[in-house]
Amino acid sequence: MPRWGMVIDLDKCTACQACTVACLAENNVPIVGPEESLRHRAISWHYVLADVEGEYPHLRARFIPRPCFHCENPPCVKVCPVGATYVDEEGLVLVNYDRCIGCKYCVTSCPYGVRYVNWLHYHWPEPMEQYLNPEVPLRPEGVVEKCTFCIHRLERAKQEAADQGRELTDADLVLLTACNQACPASARYFGDLDDPESTVSRLARSPRAFRLFEDLGTEPRVYYLAEEKS
Amino acid sequence: MDLEKFGKHGVLFKPLVHTGKGFYLVVAILVLIIVWGGGAYIYQFTQGLGVTGLSLPVPWGVYIINFIFFIAIGFGGTLTSAILRIFNAEWRTPITRAAELMTVCGVVIGTINVIFALAKPQRFLNLFLHPRIQSPLIWDVIAIGSYLILSLIYLYLPMIPDIATLRDAFPKRRRLYGFLALGWTGSPKQKRLLERLIDLLAVLMLPTAVVVHSVLAWIFGMTIRPMWHSTIFGPYFIMGAIFSGIGALLFVMVILRRVLHLEEYLQPLHFNNMGLLLLIMALTWLYFTIAEYLTVFYGNEHSEMIVFWAKMRGEFAPYFWGQVLTCLVIPLALLISRRTRTIMGTVIAGVSVVIGMWLERFLIVVPTLARPILSYPIPTYRPNWVEWSVMAACTAAIALVFVLFAKFFPIVSVWELEEEHEKAATVKGKATPEAV
Repeated sequence: MPRWGMVIDLDKCTACQACTVACLAENNVPIVGPEESLRHRAISWHYVLADVEGEYPHLRARFIPRPCFHCENPPCVKVCPVGATYVDEEGLVLVNYDRCIGCKYCVTSCPYGVRYVNWLHYHWPEPMEQYLNPEVPLRPEGVVEKCTFCIHRLERAKQEAADQGRELTDADLVLLTACNQACPASARYFGDLDDPESTVSRLARSPRAFRLFEDLGTEPRVYYLAEEKS
Repeated sequence: MDLEKFGKHGVLFKPLVHTGKGFYLVVAILVLIIVWGGGAYIYQFTQGLGVTGLSLPVPWGVYIINFIFFIAIGFGGTLTSAILRIFNAEWRTPITRAAELMTVCGVVIGTINVIFALAKPQRFLNLFLHPRIQSPLIWDVIAIGSYLILSLIYLYLPMIPDIATLRDAFPKRRRLYGFLALGWTGSPKQKRLLERLIDLLAVLMLPTAVVVHSVLAWIFGMTIRPMWHSTIFGPYFIMGAIFSGIGALLFVMVILRRVLHLEEYLQPLHFNNMGLLLLIMALTWLYFTIAEYLTVFYGNEHSEMIVFWAKMRGEFAPYFWGQVLTCLVIPLALLISRRTRTIMGTVIAGVSVVIGMWLERFLIVVPTLARPILSYPIPTYRPNWVEWSVMAACTAAIALVFVLFAKFFPIVSVWELEEEHEKAATVKGKATPEAV
């Protein structure tokens, strides 16, 4: 069984936000509008965090792209009262939109803030509703949603490989997710962490690799690469 | 109708017989508030949780605070009636029924607030259809469910003899009272059984209440968020629940005393004793608060200190110092000296504590959420009119239950009072000849 993971090279990242935009378009992320946005209701499965350390003039700033970390030990799954958020066989942390009761316990327990709430019934302004991705389900108002590591693309890739009578290769996977595909700096990699030959598993073992807040014990499956760790 | 036929405690049945203009006025005002709050909730239900002041990263607000707050208010009822019953404190008798009613109201209204907090409330039955026992929220469903059933029975059982009195006194309402009286005749066998059942329930209520408040605390304690992930939360919540419960009960007592003219039954002694309990709890609160904050301060862990300073001198400082004022300074100032531990003094202290404990719940829920460990833009959570309206309706609903309850049943347990008088009389009767 594969163990899907991602590696993001912070030394290559230019914080252009192409990943964030690609994710919004790919996953039919609701457009909440400027008013709701000002009230901090904007939904963005992928987010680029500004990490600033020190005080002027001795500042050190860097940007940290943040998808869902699909933790090995996910705090959100532990607390869900109805089993709406769960870990699938391949280790992805997913949400069953038909089960979720909107208690938002997962939102409060995720230390990384990757989970978003559909506060109201959001709709797409014309003509954008014509451009919805048919592969990704729309979420009803009231439920929680988050990054899925583009599971629909993963399923499609598996199907295509099966149709051609071959195994999934590392080359199929590295740029599989929408965020990785859009990255102009080639700073992002996707793949099977359990395959010792895969790009992600090689990079995750590099001395530049680290994960965010490892002391929390959540075991994120997203690794960052940087000469200077924080 | 003549009150004399109810015996010497006839005054306790007065509200059942006489209905003044004041009653209709109060009911009308309360119903109006409830309708207003209900309308606000219907608006929220149809539009979505987005009509409230909630947002990210603070998706829990007034509803979750009230969930804890109202259930905690109910603990005052459990404590006064169950603990004092177990310890056989005679002075509790006139307060127990109001206290037990407060428990039921607190638990029901508190639980409803969870449904208000859901973004998809029409699916709340999933809590029963697809429960995951590993989730602390399901521990709450189980614990609060048991607590609600126990507290309803515990309110009802001691009412049976009084309901039987009413059944005999009001032939017109025979259907209601006759059904509820369960064929009570007052035979010694029935009395023995009833008293044993009440004692059993009193013993069961206490551990259940302890579990309820612990699992409420563990909703927060079981996460890994700064200043939530703390072992003191269970005991802190239990202690806080007793604290605010006593405060609320003092408030209920003084209103009943004024409105129903229970001066003879709710005497300065009762307020004095409850005031002393409140004083002890205020000092316990001080100890728990120091234990929590000093440990965090000395640990000096980065993410915890961000929340710590947000409470001490950041945007939440008014709440924190307001809580110190209302939970500690005001109660201590009023309750230490016998001169100010009057009815007025204890009630002011009680109300102050109730306000302070609401602030404490706010400080538990919101600041941790408002300071995520990753650097997001930080909004301040401000409840809006929808949340305030629903909260006002919740409070009005509790008041309305008390008003209507007092209209149909005596709010003081008459048969227990009579029994006590009899006991006192026999003790005196025995004592006198021996002394001679």
